[in-house]
Order: sequence, then structure tokens, then C-alpha cells
Amino acid sequence: MGFADFAFYLFAITVVTSGLFVVIARNPVHSVLWLILAFLSSAGLFVLLGAEFVAMLLIIVYVGAVAVLFLFVVMMLDVDFAELRGELAKFVPLAGLIGVILLMELALVFGVWETAENATALRDAVTPPLSETQNTAALGELIYTKYIYLFQAAGLILLVAMIGAIVLTLRHRVDIKRQDILSQIYRDPAEQMELKDVKPGQGL
Amino acid sequence: MIGLEHYLTVAAALFVIGIFGIFVNRKNVIIILMSIELMLLAVNINLVAFSSFLGDLVGQVFTLFVLTVAAAEAAIGLAILVCFFRNRGTIAVEDVNVMKG
Repeated sequence: MGFADFAFYLFAITVVTSGLFVVIARNPVHSVLWLILAFLSSAGLFVLLGAEFVAMLLIIVYVGAVAVLFLFVVMMLDVDFAELRGELAKFVPLAGLIGVILLMELALVFGVWETAENATALRDAVTPPLSETQNTAALGELIYTKYIYLFQAAGLILLVAMIGAIVLTLRHRVDIKRQDILSQIYRDPAEQMELKDVKPGQGL
Repeated sequence: MIGLEHYLTVAAALFVIGIFGIFVNRKNVIIILMSIELMLLAVNINLVAFSSFLGDLVGQVFTLFVLTVAAAEAAIGLAILVCFFRNRGTIAVEDVNVMKG
């Protein structure tokens, strides 16, 4: 067994076990940490597959943004998670049944699955050989030329998601003091200031 | 030698774990969102594996878009969750019936 095989089995087993612990962990914070481990080891799988750019993107986007967002929300919400988990065992048989059925269906699909004869002829963007272009450069040339509209659409999706998240979570609180710039600008020095003639030895 | 089948098996296992998680944690919507992320990750593994073994870069381009949509979905989902928690004081989703008309 070569090093690549060993690395594959290591990453694969880590992905599956940490995925399982995401689902069954008692503490949601632990779930998020297991999720981070699953993302990291699937990034390792992607590196093994020769998709370095997607792997690094997975680490940056998922671990750096999505998982931290989950962690933030889990820690921000003051929820009694023990109560939510109370009847976990009640749903295990049903969930296990559905999982087993789905797994059997996937196995059935896998049993009859075969690659089409003209599959290699139907490729839309053949990967250039590694001696010519690296993965990141090849992907960039593809995204910024052929798939430029899809790329822009992805940017729009992120913009809409950002606006939506801000609109959903923004709330106007009435019981706090805010800066009112307009009233500050409209202040008249003549009204706000009063000159008093203080007599010596008397004070105001 | 590691072939396409190995990666597909890992992705299938991860996908089934995601489905299992949705049904097991019927109340805790945070874990449900994480299970959805796991399922999307399984799909990404499938796409990248086929892309690598067939020598077609489009799979990886598609993975980028799945990643984008997953990030947007997580952001919106968690925003809705925070909003829901502020209004109801709990995140139990089993009895969500505010909008039943």
C-alpha cells in the first residue's frame, strides 16, 4: 500500500467518522468542531484527487466562514440543548431505517452503473496536462472565459444572501441612545451658548 | 490502487449520514443545517471525483458553485434561525406553526 492509498484511507475514515459525530454529538459546539474536521479531511481528499484549488477554497470558505458562522450562532443563542436532545433515541430506528434504505438504493445504482462509451468524447473542458497548466490556472481560465456569466450569477447569489442575512438580523432598538447627526448640524451657537457676566467674589 | 469507486463510496456514506442526521435531530435546527452541509459536501466529493477521473474540469467549476450556494444557504438559514429565536425564545422546529394561516 503506497503513501497515496494510506492517505486516502486516513482521510476517508476521518471524513465518515467525523460526519457521524457531527450528527450524534451531545454538544452542538462539539458538532461544529467535528464538522470542521470533516471539511479539513475532505479537503485532503480533494488534494489527493488533484483539485488543489477547490481544496483550499473548501478550507477558506467552509472552515473559515461557514463553520465559524455556525460556531458563532451556537454560542450566541441561549438554548437548552440538552432538552432538545431529550428524545433522540426515539427517532433512531426510523432514521436508521431510512439511512439503510437509501444506502441500499445507492448500492443498487452502483451495481448497474457503467460509464457511457462516448463519455470521454462528451467532455466539455478537458483537463490540460499538469506539465502545461496547473489546476488553479486551468480553472481560472475556464471560469473567467466560458463560465463568466455563471461566475457573475454566483456573485449575485452571495450579494443577495448578504443583504438577506443583514435584513433578517437587523433590529432597531428604541431603548438605546443614537447619534442624530441632523440635529447636531442644525444646532445654533447663538441658542446653545450664553454669556454671563460674573461679578467678582459672588459667583453665579 | 484507489479508484473512482472508493471516492463514490465515501460520498455515499457521507450523504447517508447527512440524511440520518436530519431525521435523528428533528428538533435541533442547527444540527439539521449542519447535516445539509454534510450532504452538500458529499455531492462535492462526487463532482470532484468524477472530474478528476474523467479529466473534465467542469466538475470542479460546478463544485465552486455548489460551494457558493451552500455558503449563502448557511448564512440565510442561520439568520432566519436567529430571527426565529428572538421571536420565540427557542429553536425547536418540530412545532413551527406560526404561518399556518
